[in-house]
Amino acid sequence: MSKEDFIAGEGDGKMSIGRDLVDGADGLAIHAEGLVHRFGDNVAVGGVDLKVVPGEIYGFLGPNGAGKTTTIRMLATLLRPDSGTARVFGHDVVRESDAVRGRVSLTGQFASVDEDLTGLENLVLIARLLGHSRKQAKARANELLDAFGLSEAAGRQVKKYSGGMRRRLDIAASIVVTPDLIFLDEPTAGLDPRSRNQVWEIIRTLAAEGTTVLLTTQYLDEADQLADRIAVIDHGRVIAEGTPGELKASVGSGALHVRLRDPEQKPQAERILSQALGVPVQPGSDPASLSARVSDPERVSYALVELSRSGVATTDFALGQPSLDEVFLALTGRPAEDEDTAATEGEAA
Amino acid sequence: MTTPTASAQPVVREDALRSALASGKRPKRPNALSASLTFGWRALLKIKHVPEQLFDVTAFPIMFTLMFTYLFGGAIAGSTGEYLQFLLPGILVQTVVFITMYTGMGLNTDVTKGVFDRFRSLPIWRPAALVGALLGDVARYAMASTIVIALGLILGFRPEGGVIGVLLSVALVLVFSFSLSWIWTALGLILRTPNSVMMVSFMILFPLTFASNIFVDPRTMPSWLETTIGFNPITHLVTAVRGLMSGTAAIPQIGAVFLSCAVLIAVFAPITMYLYRNKK
Repeated sequence: MSKEDFIAGEGDGKMSIGRDLVDGADGLAIHAEGLVHRFGDNVAVGGVDLKVVPGEIYGFLGPNGAGKTTTIRMLATLLRPDSGTARVFGHDVVRESDAVRGRVSLTGQFASVDEDLTGLENLVLIARLLGHSRKQAKARANELLDAFGLSEAAGRQVKKYSGGMRRRLDIAASIVVTPDLIFLDEPTAGLDPRSRNQVWEIIRTLAAEGTTVLLTTQYLDEADQLADRIAVIDHGRVIAEGTPGELKASVGSGALHVRLRDPEQKPQAERILSQALGVPVQPGSDPASLSARVSDPERVSYALVELSRSGVATTDFALGQPSLDEVFLALTGRPAEDEDTAATEGEAA
Repeated sequence: MTTPTASAQPVVREDALRSALASGKRPKRPNALSASLTFGWRALLKIKHVPEQLFDVTAFPIMFTLMFTYLFGGAIAGSTGEYLQFLLPGILVQTVVFITMYTGMGLNTDVTKGVFDRFRSLPIWRPAALVGALLGDVARYAMASTIVIALGLILGFRPEGGVIGVLLSVALVLVFSFSLSWIWTALGLILRTPNSVMMVSFMILFPLTFASNIFVDPRTMPSWLETTIGFNPITHLVTAVRGLMSGTAAIPQIGAVFLSCAVLIAVFAPITMYLYRNKK
């Protein structure tokens, strides 16, 4: 598939992939058309179309300030779209916001729990607000604290929790009543790798039990690990959409970085590599390094063998998954950048 | 795919999580009152965990009562003992009304945190979070009232209206403060920082409390000022509270207070709710 195929243009350029998408109000967990939101002169979301199928994990991939949070806030009925429409399980987010709120849960980018309260009190609070009796609320809170490994910390104020614990409590608060759709805004931001893996497991379990998940992330590998489908967002627009496999195929599976023992051999190495890989090779900033975007990892081993056969010695080579930067470079021709709007969006959140 | 089995005892218990997800049925929605009371409970929990926030409800009453009694008593009424009989109902009103200002500041801080996003995304009666916060504040006002009255009694204040008169007057002050707080909730949602909320609140509160009958009898003032003061809702409240405490309250005096309350809520509650719904 070529890059042009992948990039969603205006209207029909976008591909519907994977599952058969049912059009219309019925059948879709989220159906958004032309969502726009402005903060003053700054267009945070500039016409987002979205179809999310019930039960799938849908990933929003993009840099800070791309409009991910603003889109989620519109879908969760916290912000009114300036134009466009969105339906969640067939309910309009503006006209039937109350019905939408009855089906979804939101875990915001910054802890959406009360830091002054204990873990137990937070969950009891939410359970009471959702209609549980005092006794049921306490039982439900304890059940969730236990499932999330927070029983010991139940009586501690949340401000004394670690980042991972706080995030788990946050998700627990979102499933006091099992939602049909959960919004997770950068669920692993700032977490250590172990906590991140725990959150990933929780998200997979949620989806396996039938909850539709819409998550935002800045990391391709996270979207790759979790999402059934990914939308790449930039400047408030969806610039590409598809399964992780399709996305990676369109941007190349990664980059090969090679470092030569003798910088003098650089021109020769460049020629051999570009021939073997069938792609252009970029000379790195370092006089001894070269890199190339590769679409087919199998050709890499062939290229490396070719190098040594020609007497070009390498000290180091690496094949990496494409970073968000590389995805953006492939899709837009420029690297991902944290836009100025990040500040506005952060404030809004 | 990677599996997180870093430790022998996994932190997240998948089987327990699965069963928790399977049993997470949605109960019947709580009614407006129940949701508001739950938020009131949250406010009380915050007092329990952050007792420092009681500083204002203890410091203000003591400071105001002592300062005004002893500074002005001799000059205005000839003796501090005489003046205290006149001043205490007024100082009760001033203290509690001043403390209502912290409602707006608290809300301003609260709303900027992520937890308000969660509250706003719940399927509940929407004003509940604000009404509940105000109900929690009523507990703080009650505390401040108790301190003012206890201090007054120690200094020699003797209410003719007895225990019932005092309790009714406190209740009236609480109802009025709850109504007045809607001004601060609206401000708390409009202004950007807690500091600016405080500044604006002070600029409203100073004229509102001093240009009233709290400290001196308005008949001693120029007639234009006396007339103006007659329109101040604080004046009506102080008159009613004095009446209740001295056992001479008349229905129209109390009626005037309830009318001010109704107007305050009718104007500022919808403004607050509009701002709350459209908060970015």
